Amino acid sequence: MKAEILARLQAERAAQRPVVLLTRMSDGEQHLWPQEALPGALAEAARDALGREKATNVDLDGETWFVHPHNPPLRIIVVGAVHIAQAMAPMAAPLGFEMIVVDPRRAFATEERLPGVTLRTDWPDEAMAELKPDARSAVVTLTHDPKLDDPALDAALRSQAFYIGALGSRRTHAKRVARLKELGHGDDAIARIHAPVGLDIEAVTAPEIAVSVMAEIVAARRGAALGEPRPLPAPQDGRVSIGISA
Amino acid sequence: MTADTTQSEDILATAAAWKAAGEQVAIATVVETWGSSPRPAGSRLAVTASGKLTGSVSGGCIEGAVADAAKQAMATGAPQLLDFGVSDERAWEVGLSCGGKVKVFVEPLT
Repeated sequence: MKAEILARLQAERAAQRPVVLLTRMSDGEQHLWPQEALPGALAEAARDALGREKATNVDLDGETWFVHPHNPPLRIIVVGAVHIAQAMAPMAAPLGFEMIVVDPRRAFATEERLPGVTLRTDWPDEAMAELKPDARSAVVTLTHDPKLDDPALDAALRSQAFYIGALGSRRTHAKRVARLKELGHGDDAIARIHAPVGLDIEAVTAPEIAVSVMAEIVAARRGAALGEPRPLPAPQDGRVSIGISA
Repeated sequence: MTADTTQSEDILATAAAWKAAGEQVAIATVVETWGSSPRPAGSRLAVTASGKLTGSVSGGCIEGAVADAAKQAMATGAPQLLDFGVSDERAWEVGLSCGGKVKVFVEPLT
């Protein structure tokens, strides 16, 4: 591997962009996709490897290529350092997610209450502008407070987030929908919000709700047919949606 | 933590740091597996000519042979494709109940 290729690969990963390293087994020749234009069959294999998160081998014109995908991390961005967030936290890492909790109320957002997660005490609009949710991000709002939830949902709806969930009853959600429409979001966008949040398992306690939310996030990630499909927005910057088959 | 089954971030960063510090470095990558091989395709191991080692391409049974091939790759500058069959007995030693086969690509960092 040339140091130059390694540096470019690491730069893409640091920028949290999906990148595939392709290596020709006969002589070690290497390319990065989608940063370099490649023959159709190789580009297709690279895209497929990213989607399936699995390295593979491809034969082209008598040569074998090793196709090695590097996806950015999956993230769950939670607004509200509340009980449900506490119950979600220990499940996130084993399920393969980095969990970030945003709550400007410092009494809630403490390391003691939420060990092992990334805590942010800035306002959700500022936090979302920096976190930049992408096609490998889930966004969940749990505060019930429109001042905190709405800016996060607004930002999530403008992103490629593969899952958006909002805690609250149907009545609460109806009011929320009206507010989001005032911000310019149409019916298709609002249909992306899972509300009431989580799979319907008649959850009552915070850990039960956490299970239902995490299960719904996993279902969305794996493209399981549960409930009504949530439309994804059109890809931006010519980038493909990664890891989502819905 | 990520769902990336290759988990190679630290290994590449370490390899780059070793290289920057003036070491001779080689990278080994599992490129194909059959049966119950211990590490999935994409798993990486980085070694230096001075004997430093990070990451893994198996449960430990082929690391020695891979390190030897890596030294050769560093000396010649040419990559190598290695083929290993993990015998049932060795597989048991490394914590597997049955054998597996694995192909490892070894390349110098140039």
